[in-house]
Amino acid sequence: MQNLTESTGQSATAAGSTFKQRAHIKLHDVKVQRAMKNFNLAGARARAMVELDNLEDIRTDAAGIRDRALADLDVWLERFETEARRRGTHVHWAETHADINRIVLEIAAKASVRKVIKSKSMVSEESHLNAALEANGLKVVETDLGEYIIQLRGETPSHIIAPAIHLNRDDVADLFAEHHKTPRNNDPAVLTMEARKFLREHFLSGDMGISGGNFLIAETGSVYLVTNEGNGRLTTTMPRVHVAITGIEKVVPTLEDVSSVLRVLTRSATGQSISNYVTILTGPKRAGDTDGPDEMHVIIVDAGRSKLLGTDMQEALRCIRCGACMNHCPVYQNIGGHAYGWVYPGPIGSVLTPNYIGLENAIDLPHAATLCNQCGVVCPVKIPLPDLMRKLREKQVDRGLRPWQERFGLRMWAWFAARPGLYGLAAKIAARVGRMAGGSSGLIHKLPGNGWTEERDFPAPSGKTFRELYAARKAGR
Amino acid sequence: MSARDNILGRIRAARGAGPTVTAAERAAVDERIAKHPIGVRPAMPWETVPRFIEQCVRMSSTVDRVAAVGDVPAAVERYFDDANLGKRAVVWPEIAQLDWSATGVVVEARPAAGPDLVGITGVHLGVAETGTLMFLSGARTPAATSLLPETHIAVVPIGRIVRAMEEAWQQTRDEIGDLPRAVNFVSGPSRTADIEGLLQIGAHGPFRVHVILVG
Repeated sequence: MQNLTESTGQSATAAGSTFKQRAHIKLHDVKVQRAMKNFNLAGARARAMVELDNLEDIRTDAAGIRDRALADLDVWLERFETEARRRGTHVHWAETHADINRIVLEIAAKASVRKVIKSKSMVSEESHLNAALEANGLKVVETDLGEYIIQLRGETPSHIIAPAIHLNRDDVADLFAEHHKTPRNNDPAVLTMEARKFLREHFLSGDMGISGGNFLIAETGSVYLVTNEGNGRLTTTMPRVHVAITGIEKVVPTLEDVSSVLRVLTRSATGQSISNYVTILTGPKRAGDTDGPDEMHVIIVDAGRSKLLGTDMQEALRCIRCGACMNHCPVYQNIGGHAYGWVYPGPIGSVLTPNYIGLENAIDLPHAATLCNQCGVVCPVKIPLPDLMRKLREKQVDRGLRPWQERFGLRMWAWFAARPGLYGLAAKIAARVGRMAGGSSGLIHKLPGNGWTEERDFPAPSGKTFRELYAARKAGR
Repeated sequence: MSARDNILGRIRAARGAGPTVTAAERAAVDERIAKHPIGVRPAMPWETVPRFIEQCVRMSSTVDRVAAVGDVPAAVERYFDDANLGKRAVVWPEIAQLDWSATGVVVEARPAAGPDLVGITGVHLGVAETGTLMFLSGARTPAATSLLPETHIAVVPIGRIVRAMEEAWQQTRDEIGDLPRAVNFVSGPSRTADIEGLLQIGAHGPFRVHVILVG
């Protein structure tokens, strides 16, 4: 077994070029392993769900609400657009990630924006919006505490709702002391207050606020935001311009529909019966209003999503981004979010990433699961995540994307399997060789070309093979 | 072709629909919106006012109750003294109209700004299921007053407490019609658990939410 090592504190996202390499590094990173155990979002969810006496019916209903919108998605989007425009919101459509950045830059240029404050937006992570804005001379400040921390560190989020889940209080204490030039203190309460003080200045001086959108409401043309810190409210209330960025799949028909989904969203995400702030934004400042933006924009993003519609992957578009699948995933819980290599980690990431950036660019992700189905069981909108990962594995095989060793190995196995006599002989020989390799301990300490035995021993075959036992039983012996 | 038409066209092609939205499809959307049915909900075997109080406390709000709206200023002064908050507050106009003369509290009827420490508001509705306050933005109900100060006090007449969010939306449609710029549902003080998963009350929004029930 290798020695566990502490991480260097450098940007974790850069290390390792493949999922396997990154996962390997994370599995040996004691600090990340410990930090992940600080959060118990799975326990919080379990306690909150007990309150819903008819949870299964509510999940089925929530999945149905999402499916209804996806079934006629263009009609609902058209309705959203009509209602939003009627109330003074500018609606933009982005086909690609590059389009998102271009549209935001155009809005910023037109409104003479210099400072942008951001509430959490995972879609903006997809398009590397911050880098694009900074490259054009804009100051960008993330305001969600976790996002602020990772922005200062030059990292990407490692969880969709707890972006700094891989860090501990000392990391944050060092970071704030360096960037804020304040005395180092590692008390989370003090650090939170310090962030409030520094970010309040930005809230009051930002020209543009950028948010995500948990949902778009077709009935009223509204953007629906679910937050806890209050930064979502500040970002969409204080600056002159508000831009909401969200995917085409986030439209929900009515206010009643979204109220149903909210009951399972917050409980699944943080174990709360409701988040502290639920904000419904319907257009810019009205006549007589003393607060609110002069301009409100919504950017509706495709960037690969429409490709999933009408396919065996469509169920993934139900996702409401609660994070429960990653909180319950034995793989995610041991390697953290950065190992997944793109915006969305955990089981939903293993499904979305290959679909959005190409199956050939995420070759390991559909395999980054034990298919234990904890994710499928907890998903509030019943996305069959293990089934979708299995289908992606099949597509990899169909398209010949698996590594040649694996394809060769399977072809060899198939050749033998089609020849029962030869297969039985080969199995017998392999069992004998394995038994000899196991020696007196009955354990194989090192399998050739396989990392499996790095962490544990492989039990050597013992006794007769299955075929020998079966033959003996059939002969009545 | 615009990006909009490309995206909507791809969606229609993916679901095997014709190139343009049909009248029947629009009618189906209209019908769902007109009916806006309530989905499957958990059992709600409770009375609204006790439930509201219980859930406010669960979300870390504090709750006081007075018999009549005329008792609100004294209740505010009591809270100020107990929490050591000084004597000044920015308030919604409806709150400024109460008789504050018997108290030492100085109220200013203007939207809250950065340095203000206490904001006092009314409420559009209270939601019993989750202990939630519902605010509508507007000229006489500025959103900043429930957001910028460290302490937010909300005056809630018990007659304005509804069962759940679905009832809140229906009542808003009946009373107001269209939605204002911002509808804010607030459930307790702001919070974060972004450092080591440890809950901290008071992130960017108020540290304290105090509910004064009337009736």
